[in-house]
Amino acid sequence: MNERIEIRLGGSGGQGLILAGIILAEAAILDGKNAVQSQSYGPEARGGASRSEVIISNTSIDYPKVSKPDVFLALTEEAMNKYKNDLKENGLLIIDASMEKPKDSYKILSVPILKTAQEKIGKVIVANIVALGTLIQVTEVVSKESIEKAVLDRVPQGTEELNKMALYKGFELGKSK
Amino acid sequence: MLSRKIMLMQGNEACVEGALAAGMRFFAGYPITPSTEIAEIAAERLPKVGGKFIQMEDELASMGAVVGASLAGLKAMTATSGPGFSLKQENIGFACLTEVPCVVVNVQRGGPSTGLPTLPAQGDVMQTRWGTHGDHPIIVISPSSVREVYDMTIRAFNLSEKYRVPCILLMDEVVAHMRERVELPDKSSIDIINRKKVASTLSDYKPYMDYDSDGIPPMANFGDGIPFHVTGLIHDISGFPSTNPKVTEDLINRLMNKINNNIGDIIEYEKLYMEDAETVIVTFGCTARSVLSAIRVLRQEGLKIGMLRLKTIWPFAHIAIKELMQSSVNTLIVAEMNYGQLLETVKASAEGAFRIYGLNKYNGELITPQEVIDKVREVAEYA
Repeated sequence: MNERIEIRLGGSGGQGLILAGIILAEAAILDGKNAVQSQSYGPEARGGASRSEVIISNTSIDYPKVSKPDVFLALTEEAMNKYKNDLKENGLLIIDASMEKPKDSYKILSVPILKTAQEKIGKVIVANIVALGTLIQVTEVVSKESIEKAVLDRVPQGTEELNKMALYKGFELGKSK
Repeated sequence: MLSRKIMLMQGNEACVEGALAAGMRFFAGYPITPSTEIAEIAAERLPKVGGKFIQMEDELASMGAVVGASLAGLKAMTATSGPGFSLKQENIGFACLTEVPCVVVNVQRGGPSTGLPTLPAQGDVMQTRWGTHGDHPIIVISPSSVREVYDMTIRAFNLSEKYRVPCILLMDEVVAHMRERVELPDKSSIDIINRKKVASTLSDYKPYMDYDSDGIPPMANFGDGIPFHVTGLIHDISGFPSTNPKVTEDLINRLMNKINNNIGDIIEYEKLYMEDAETVIVTFGCTARSVLSAIRVLRQEGLKIGMLRLKTIWPFAHIAIKELMQSSVNTLIVAEMNYGQLLETVKASAEGAFRIYGLNKYNGELITPQEVIDKVREVAEYA
């Protein structure tokens, strides 16, 4: 793994991507690494494009913001268009299959995250966990063992099985690519 | 949950944890971005340890409630941001003059006025020193990491209790909202300082008498059976108003000297990469993280760059600037997310000893390591 890997998660306010970023950072810490999570949002209460960012490193993390993401996962076109421009040259863009692929030279992975959450699990609210599963299957930034533990520790009581299923569906989506 | 000791924690969360560890048992506030989580978590945590949380009608009242709770003997805190910090100033001044220990957290956001509610800035440097009117003592400390938020919140309570002065914890949106890996210390390893009590043998208590010749009178708690008078008017040792010039001068001198005579205890700063440094970047808070990233890059290129990070902002660390005069340093860059507030103080302190430049940003974005690197190169060309 690179010394410092920068991950950005973008979507619409309320999709749970800030929580997904927190879970990802906690998984990295469970793996014995350093992690910083931050988020950007405007003065509006909900909606609009929001982003959550995670930096994972084997050494200390001084500058706490993502400057050139290695990976950017976007669940809405608004977030994708707003936040994709500083993606690293050889970076990876993961988008939901419902979105139109941008005409950029990045490595683009289009996966049916929202559809899987809605139809295979029956709750679109777990799309954030499906997204995490896909991202980890593809990038291996944290171990599957740690992400499962981090997900189960953070989600509301009584939803553990639902979220575990979402995570595993996410892994499968990543494998198929 | 991750292990109890190692965890992912947010700056605002660390502030509450530190406050509780220091013994905070009262919080009154009026939530405001980007400090809101402090009130939110304090509301949840305080009742569980027998403490009180009150959401007041506004910032003026919340500062008043904090002063009242502290007079009654509780360690009390409030948290706010720019617009709220402006509103608290009158009662902060009252606490300075009446010598009521309290901690005021100011999580800086873009200003002036409502400004940029969700974005970072360091524009309140001068307001923390001179936000309330008149000559007054104040202590201001500023953290750069989540762990340091925890440690400095404890320190804010300790300094406040020790010197009977409001202590401002000057945070910024970046450090407040970021989550990072922290390892918290054992509670048993934390030093806690409590205000000086009135000796039980003391009769005829004079609330503002300098019994110990250290400028810090012992403090009776309201309700303990030792009644005394508290006023925002200039007062004599009995606590009652006076317009006597000698009484006035003695009081102001004592208030200022209890800080000025203890700067060695109060002032803390960190020096990094200083052994052969010729250019030093003076900074604090979140900006120090960008500066450190930049210095690590510049050092690899062989540039002799160091960092002076102020942990105590006020009283200003003149001693740190004087130390630089005895070294190989010839250039200072003051990096801060404002129009140059600390820069002017550094210039005054340096008395012309160095070439001094400001690296200032006030657009709602954190100064980047690249911008620090560019500034160092630009300044090198002037030499």
